[in-house]
Amino acid sequence: MTKIQARNRLYLLLVAIVIGLLAPLVVYPVFLMKILCFALFACAFNLLLGFTGLLSFGHAAFFGGAAYVTGHALSVWGLPFELGILAGTLAATVMGAIVGKLAIRRQGIYFAMVTLALAQLIYFLCLQAPFTGGENGQQGIPRGFALGILDLSNNTTLYYVVLVIFSLGFGLVYRVINSPFGQVLKAVRENEPRAISLGYDTDRVKLTAFIVSSALAGLAGATKAVVFQLASLTDVHWHMSGEVVLMTLLGGVGTLIGPVVGAGVVVTLQNTLSSGPLNAYVPVVLGGIFVVCVLAFRRGIVGEIKALIKQSF
Amino acid sequence: MSEHILETQNLTKEFKGFVAVSNVNLSVKTGHIHALIGPNGAGKSTVFNLVTRFLTATTGKILFEGRDITTTKPADIARLGMVRSFQISAVFPHMSVRENVRVALQRATGSAYHFWKSATSLNELNARADDLLEQVGLLSHADALTVELPYGRKRALELATTLALDPRLMLLDEPTQGMGHEDVGRITDLIRKVSANRTILMVEHNLSVVSRLCDRITVLQRGAVLTEGNYEQVSADPQVRAAYLGGSHAA
Ligand SMILES: Nc1ncnc2c1ncn2[C@@H]1O[C@H](COP(=O)(O)OP(=O)(O)OP(=O)(O)O)[C@@H](O)[C@H]1O
Ligand SMILES: [Mg+2]
Repeated sequence: MTKIQARNRLYLLLVAIVIGLLAPLVVYPVFLMKILCFALFACAFNLLLGFTGLLSFGHAAFFGGAAYVTGHALSVWGLPFELGILAGTLAATVMGAIVGKLAIRRQGIYFAMVTLALAQLIYFLCLQAPFTGGENGQQGIPRGFALGILDLSNNTTLYYVVLVIFSLGFGLVYRVINSPFGQVLKAVRENEPRAISLGYDTDRVKLTAFIVSSALAGLAGATKAVVFQLASLTDVHWHMSGEVVLMTLLGGVGTLIGPVVGAGVVVTLQNTLSSGPLNAYVPVVLGGIFVVCVLAFRRGIVGEIKALIKQSF
Repeated sequence: MSEHILETQNLTKEFKGFVAVSNVNLSVKTGHIHALIGPNGAGKSTVFNLVTRFLTATTGKILFEGRDITTTKPADIARLGMVRSFQISAVFPHMSVRENVRVALQRATGSAYHFWKSATSLNELNARADDLLEQVGLLSHADALTVELPYGRKRALELATTLALDPRLMLLDEPTQGMGHEDVGRITDLIRKVSANRTILMVEHNLSVVSRLCDRITVLQRGAVLTEGNYEQVSADPQVRAAYLGGSHAA
């Protein structure tokens, strides 16, 4: 990275922080929190698709599974907020380790199919298991207090807590990509046989990335359960796995902030459309955007902007 | 130290009934530069793929330094000290030239899974990486993006990356293929230089390179060993002459 790039990145970060801090003054905090949860989910997914080269079609299992576990931990076990989030994240990490272990040996489309199949299995477990509340889901999950003192029933307070969680998750993704492990990850993505011939156990490298990704997807789902005080089958449904693919591709796969932008656009569209006359057509509109994006803007919003900037200098 | 660093016993590989490698008994003497030659499709690359375990042999046994590696994982083969290059140049295209070498050096540092550290911790490997790049004449390109290098330079980079692991046995699949005349000379000299404390098994079509470098030559034809010996013996063999003239490839 050159000095100018580093400086620009710093400015971008400062602007993002200011926006993040001031946003709830102008926009409804619950809406912002929804964006942040999905943005984190998409960043987790992008760590796999964009930076490892693996298409998981089962990430809803980690997102929704963590939501249920966190919901159960807060409602039934009565754990404090932090431990509730941690429980959900850990559950997603364990699920990620198992699913990853089974899927990682498959290549390409077979990998995607194995993740989808295992995620469907988890969906049916969630449908049947008594603790998930079946069709009704878990409702009225208590938000509780952060650090024992911050009352999270206040939306603005919760917003800032969610902003911290998102920042930690996003920071972890940034660190992973720019770490010694990130270099190996890049080598594996670019030329797997060569990485093997240099002595790297590429299955293990990919599995590590898968586990980190599912942990972060779990963190996103756990946080979402607290924000909406709800964990339901929607969160584990394969539609959700598809939505995160859409967000990532729309924003720009393999870019750091692409998934954040993609999540913002998709969540905004969903919210605006569903309150208007187009309510019934939300999937159609999203599907249309997906098609246009894949056909015309393969790099996604952030990817295309980056390419434009590169051209004009 | 075993006399033969690499031995294969009745190594055979069939692809859906087609026998690509047939009963090959190869013995590579420790310290030698050993050439594997033969017409196109003779099975040379397949032998490389078999002994480095990128392919699993249909039958036969492989010994590295006396140890049976017939079922060892390919990544572990590299850790044991046998490192290969590829016939089609294998580099990491969207990493810089220096990063290509560095990621090879990184393995021995044990930081492969350190995802919580900054990548700047790898900068301590830069000096060694640059040293290797200088040996193959690529130091001035260290910061270039690898995809932008011409093909011959990519091959040189691949060699530097292989050398970064300091392997006891280095397998080179046509290292000078696609290189300009000048680079062929440089790489030939380099191979001789780095052979001082290691063994090299190489596939090479350029017979002048073979004659200048190699202690021993095995000739493959249609998957089987045709003959073996030093350059004078092999080049005088009428069967070899026939194989080369009769084959599609006159090297
Ligand atoms: N994966 C595979 N599946 C089927 N056939 C294969 C496979 N790999 C190699 N072969 C066949 O095995 C034979 C030997 O191929 P190999 O690549 O080992 O030859 P080679 O001696 O390296 O030739 P060249 O000089 O052209 O590199 C060829 O006929 C090839 O078509
Ligand atoms: Mg070959």
